[in-house]
Amino acid sequence: MSFRESVRVALTAIRANRLRSGLTVLGVVIGVMSVVLLVAVGSGARAVVTAGVEDLGSNLLLVAPGTFEFGQAPTRSQFTLGDVEDLSRQLGERARVAGSIASGERVRSDTGAAFTSVIGVTADFTDVVNRPIARGEFLNESDIATARRVAVLGASAADGLFGGIDPIARQITVGGLRYRVIGTVEPLGSALGVDRDSQVYIPLTAAQRLFGIRTIDTLFVRGADRADLDGVAETVEQVLGERFGSDEFSILSQDEILGVAGRILDTLTLVLAAIAGISLLVGGIGVSNIMLVSVSERTREIGLRKALGARTPEITRQFLVEAIVLCGIGGLLGAATGIGLSYVADRFTPVPAQVTGWSVALAFGVSVAVGVIFGVFPARRAGRLDPVTALRRE
Amino acid sequence: MPSASTPDTVLDEASVIAVRDVTRSYRVGERAEGVHALRGVSFDVRPGEFVAIVGPSGSGKSTLLNLLGALDRPTTGTVHIDGSDVAGLSDTRLARLRNLQIGFVFQQFHLLARTSALDNVALPLIYAGVGRRARAEQARAALEAVGLGHRVDHHPTELSGGEQQRVAIARAVVTDPRILLADEPTGNLDTATGNDVMGLLERLNAERGAALVVITHDMEVAARAPRQIRLRDGRVERERRESPA
Repeated sequence: MSFRESVRVALTAIRANRLRSGLTVLGVVIGVMSVVLLVAVGSGARAVVTAGVEDLGSNLLLVAPGTFEFGQAPTRSQFTLGDVEDLSRQLGERARVAGSIASGERVRSDTGAAFTSVIGVTADFTDVVNRPIARGEFLNESDIATARRVAVLGASAADGLFGGIDPIARQITVGGLRYRVIGTVEPLGSALGVDRDSQVYIPLTAAQRLFGIRTIDTLFVRGADRADLDGVAETVEQVLGERFGSDEFSILSQDEILGVAGRILDTLTLVLAAIAGISLLVGGIGVSNIMLVSVSERTREIGLRKALGARTPEITRQFLVEAIVLCGIGGLLGAATGIGLSYVADRFTPVPAQVTGWSVALAFGVSVAVGVIFGVFPARRAGRLDPVTALRRE
Repeated sequence: MPSASTPDTVLDEASVIAVRDVTRSYRVGERAEGVHALRGVSFDVRPGEFVAIVGPSGSGKSTLLNLLGALDRPTTGTVHIDGSDVAGLSDTRLARLRNLQIGFVFQQFHLLARTSALDNVALPLIYAGVGRRARAEQARAALEAVGLGHRVDHHPTELSGGEQQRVAIARAVVTDPRILLADEPTGNLDTATGNDVMGLLERLNAERGAALVVITHDMEVAARAPRQIRLRDGRVERERRESPA
């Protein structure tokens, strides 16, 4: 019996038992669909994070207090404005440095109020951390030096506080003090879960006074040349190392920020894929189960086929092909449903989903492999049936 | 045609079936002592001969049928079918022997449900490696030979018992075998239909020259055969020929 003949016989058998075949296929469909969908969600999350980190801009180094590790409580920062100035001086043309402190504050205007993130920044922040100005201007050196009470608003902060009115030269109140709005930032969207558009920027020195502290949370260093970024990091380490212990600060490149988050998300994707894999396995066991039932229900048919001259491998192949065809159909339907659902999730829900080719190929491959693996046992059993006993079976 | 080349062949060149001192015992449970279904049976069937094997239930008829049908091998003794010693053939060769040289007719017809008469008849041809178109042609011819040329597309459930058995007979002769083995072919049919079916088998036996071995406990059916072999307790009790050979 040729392979084509086996497929034909298998398809006939599958068609003859529509309901049972359908239910069997359903198990595989759900398994494959879960793999494709969950891996898409994992990849989608990773893509969002990657985009977020890349949004910070290239050649960026982040200097944060403490060591950047899991299980490590956030460290209270000891950096000061002096460190920003020192670093700037030491790095010169090689890099620009900015610092920031942030706190949640209630911000009011004549027309609105919002509890939002107020960030004290140095003048270079707009360029170093990529905050393009939409209207007006950003904070300048003299604003910082004199702790002038001026503010730049993120796009949605401006909208929330002033509605449609042009906020430039209007007043906002933060912590009981009035600030004059001098600019607004282009809409940026959110990155790494932070809504950057709702932020309000004021001079670092004014913020320190407002929050009652003398330190800076985070330093940002943007290298002028990508090739020199390691060198810049070294200089930063030297300069800060004179003042702090090596465990009191850490320098993170974009890759390192992405590395940590990326590792979490890769693990997450793997875990999701593994969970989905389990459902695929369960689907496979279902196929095996049904095939065993099928073999035992069709014992007489097998006996007859043998009496009529079917050889053991031909019977085995018939049932194996049947299992593979069932799983193949399940795999195709599952992949299609998974891709469809991923698209729907990405489009119509907040869950990001990005279908990856490897997951589709893998899931389909695994489902066919499941057909082979879980089909072999029942198929061999069918092939080995003794025709004499098989024919006698009622 | 098989195989003058098969190494240990041919006891009697003229026999299509040669059974020599055959015993067959089955192990039952853990007992070392098996059940002896056949206890030393010998006989020959010549090409084109019509033989009835009769005996009460438990006499070893079914065991003998399995041996004659190359579905089973003897415990001791030899069974030659179409010149080949069954004990010396691999499973694959046995399957091929059944496929090409033996046509089975069963009491329960054993037709595939949800499968047309034509496809049922064509089934042995699939395993013989015959192409699809040739299969359909040969199956159609076989159905015409049993008088069911007008029923090719009908499914077994749409056919009467007699018609189903005739489909099964068409299936048995479609590969043009040298031996037709019928196991209680009229057992599930009323007398008139049973007579028709026997008539059909006899006609095919005469026309095609295939040896016809009918296993039955129905004495009327057995009486139609010129030669009867009576089994009792696993032995040939009596052999009777109507016309001297």
